[in-house]
Amino acid sequence: MPVILFLLVFFAYPTGLTLLRAFTHFDAPEVGGLDNITWVLGGAANRTILIRTFTVALLCTAFTALLAFPYAYLMTKVSSRWQTVMMGLLLVSMFFGILLRNFSWVVLLQMQGPVNDLIAALGFDRVRMLGTAPAVLMGMTHVLFPFMALPLYAVLKGIDPRLVLAAQSLGATPRNAFLQVYLPLAVPGLFAGALLVFVLALGFYITPAILGSPKQALISQVLYQQFETRAAFGRAGALAIVLLVAAMAFVLMANALQRRNKAYEG
Amino acid sequence: MADTGPQTASSRLLKILCVLIALWLVLPLFIIVPISFSGEDSFSFPPRTWTLARYASLADPAWTSAVLNSLAVAALVAVLSAVLGTLAAFAIARSRSGVMALVRALILSPQVVPIVVFGLGLYLVFLRWNMVGTLWGFVIAHTVLAVPFVVIPVSAALQTFDRSLERASASLGAGPMATFRQVTLPIIRPAVLSGAFLAFLSSFDEVVLALFLKSPSYYTLPVQLYRRMTDTIDPTVAAVATLELCLVIAGVVIALILQSRRPSPDQS
Repeated sequence: MPVILFLLVFFAYPTGLTLLRAFTHFDAPEVGGLDNITWVLGGAANRTILIRTFTVALLCTAFTALLAFPYAYLMTKVSSRWQTVMMGLLLVSMFFGILLRNFSWVVLLQMQGPVNDLIAALGFDRVRMLGTAPAVLMGMTHVLFPFMALPLYAVLKGIDPRLVLAAQSLGATPRNAFLQVYLPLAVPGLFAGALLVFVLALGFYITPAILGSPKQALISQVLYQQFETRAAFGRAGALAIVLLVAAMAFVLMANALQRRNKAYEG
Repeated sequence: MADTGPQTASSRLLKILCVLIALWLVLPLFIIVPISFSGEDSFSFPPRTWTLARYASLADPAWTSAVLNSLAVAALVAVLSAVLGTLAAFAIARSRSGVMALVRALILSPQVVPIVVFGLGLYLVFLRWNMVGTLWGFVIAHTVLAVPFVVIPVSAALQTFDRSLERASASLGAGPMATFRQVTLPIIRPAVLSGAFLAFLSSFDEVVLALFLKSPSYYTLPVQLYRRMTDTIDPTVAAVATLELCLVIAGVVIALILQSRRPSPDQS
């Protein structure tokens, strides 16, 4: 199978090489052994960055879920014409390049931009939003919204609406029928979307590079910076290991949870 | 759909909420359009003076060569990932061996591994092989990311594929090649084409690997856009964005019209 060879040579080998550099390449003051890993996990500055990266990724997952659920839910309820319109909006947003979507947030959030104009018109002081973690979170939520909405919609579409009606005819209030019958059936969709969004958010580089700042950097930025400005491949490799282990741990945990859920359902 | 009293109130609330979400989703994209006609060297909004000069400056070789490079890379990525992805999908769908789960994981893993990690490694390897800043360096890098876009739909199509059709074709005297070309391929063609199309788009939009692999003389459109957004403030970016927005909207509208014309089995 050519694809195995292709991926081993052009994916597994380079990725492995990056990780290996953490143990073979050292920049002063690191000299050997696990020094690079200690550099990542030991320093207070790096710990802040790790915590910030995880916080942003988690919040981003939560926000996309909160916004995508009502959107995907309504898509299953409206006529097929409106469904097409809603799907169209989703696809336009998704296919419009990531860079350009972030660019539009630069325009919106800049000091003299429309959002600040509105704030000023309401009588408040203009707020510096570009270069802050909330701006990055806003941009990432916007970019990753379709990655939550599409898998969620695929699952919600398959839920039989008669189940909710049946629950109601058996005496459940609409609210209880929704919470106890519909929501549990939607969980696999939320799960699939959340996993995708979280893993992508953890390694996001472009949005923090454009809407954020080095002062409020996320882990990918630090990695790229170590490579671009210092050629510190050992440190970059150590950051890569931490990032990869975190992403893998999350995927494995999610898989285990999902399997347990399935076993539970019998 | 018969809604009862309290439900209409909550369903109206839901609709208003979704309109707001939809506005949040697409309105920011359109904010770029007026900037592209701005006469100032800033991204200020709304612009105070108007000009078409941004579109004229797209004729600059720095932009045209970036666009041509992007198109060439994306086209080759689409072809290469269609071939590799279809072969892989066949192997996964037709083999009962347990190793295939591992192969599937390997194929999907580039989408899970943080892209900066992969990008850095690829840069180091390509540096040794003199492939940084080359067409094939970009093509290979983007194909690694794009193969899953083909593998997923094609293996789904193969799962529902009725293999007795192939046996029927063989029993009527067709060789394996003829059977593949005349029976199997026409059935899985939509899946291969849609996968290749997504592969094209993903490559055309890819920035991070491109930033690692660019050279001063060879770069793609996203690299050029990224530079003009971060190093300098150049409203030409907005002109590119406006053109791309028109293309994307046209593409999505055409795709949805085509899809709604095709009679779909789940329409009730």
